[in-house]
Amino acid sequence: MIDVRVQTEAFDIGAEMARIDGAGAIASFTGIVRDDGGVTAIELEHYPAMTEASLRELAEQAVARWSLSGCILIHRVGRMALGEAIVLVITAAPHRAEALDACAFLIDRLKTEAPFWKKEYRGDAAVWVEAKASDEARAGEWSCSPGLTRLSP
Amino acid sequence: MRLVYFAQVREAIGLDAEERDVAPDQSIKSLVELLSAEDGRYAAAFDDRAKLRFALDQQMAKADAIIGKAKELAIFPPVTGG
Repeated sequence: MIDVRVQTEAFDIGAEMARIDGAGAIASFTGIVRDDGGVTAIELEHYPAMTEASLRELAEQAVARWSLSGCILIHRVGRMALGEAIVLVITAAPHRAEALDACAFLIDRLKTEAPFWKKEYRGDAAVWVEAKASDEARAGEWSCSPGLTRLSP
Repeated sequence: MRLVYFAQVREAIGLDAEERDVAPDQSIKSLVELLSAEDGRYAAAFDDRAKLRFALDQQMAKADAIIGKAKELAIFPPVTGG
């Protein structure tokens, strides 16, 4: 089961966790608008013709590499206030190592490959977020051969 | 072909998309040079070449890729989602 969604509206983390296929282990990551030096809101722009396909490709890679039974990826676009959830990754597998590694892989790769751009608002002042070299480095760490994982089962 | 722009690139050019006649044997890089020479807004948008990313028909592409028969070229800064 792969479910990929790009939407403006908020998502219900509990409801999404409850509907994922699979037993044994479920891991999740939620990204939330953070108060980075007075950030009051953010705005997410994306490339509609490409976004879902690129998320789906990442989900398919994760499912194949870690034999996941379920994978849900939800990314919001548009304007979000401080404290609102932006992105949700849920992975399900028979054991924790696969679920946890797949979840980390998905958020690391999504941050460097999926066509989203984030603008931060501090009151009325808006600034585009710059890509971080540390994010590139984290995403690059997953380029090892399939089957290698960060955690031991 | 259709050119589409996002984020800082879109704002600097002042357009989110436009139609252009592009020679099929042209590389993305040479098109970027051509546009930059044509108009100051493009020159400003493409000023830092290291911070440009490209997609041909919604697939990530390198600057030296040949445009060929692609219908859409997207030009944007490094992505910052998540």
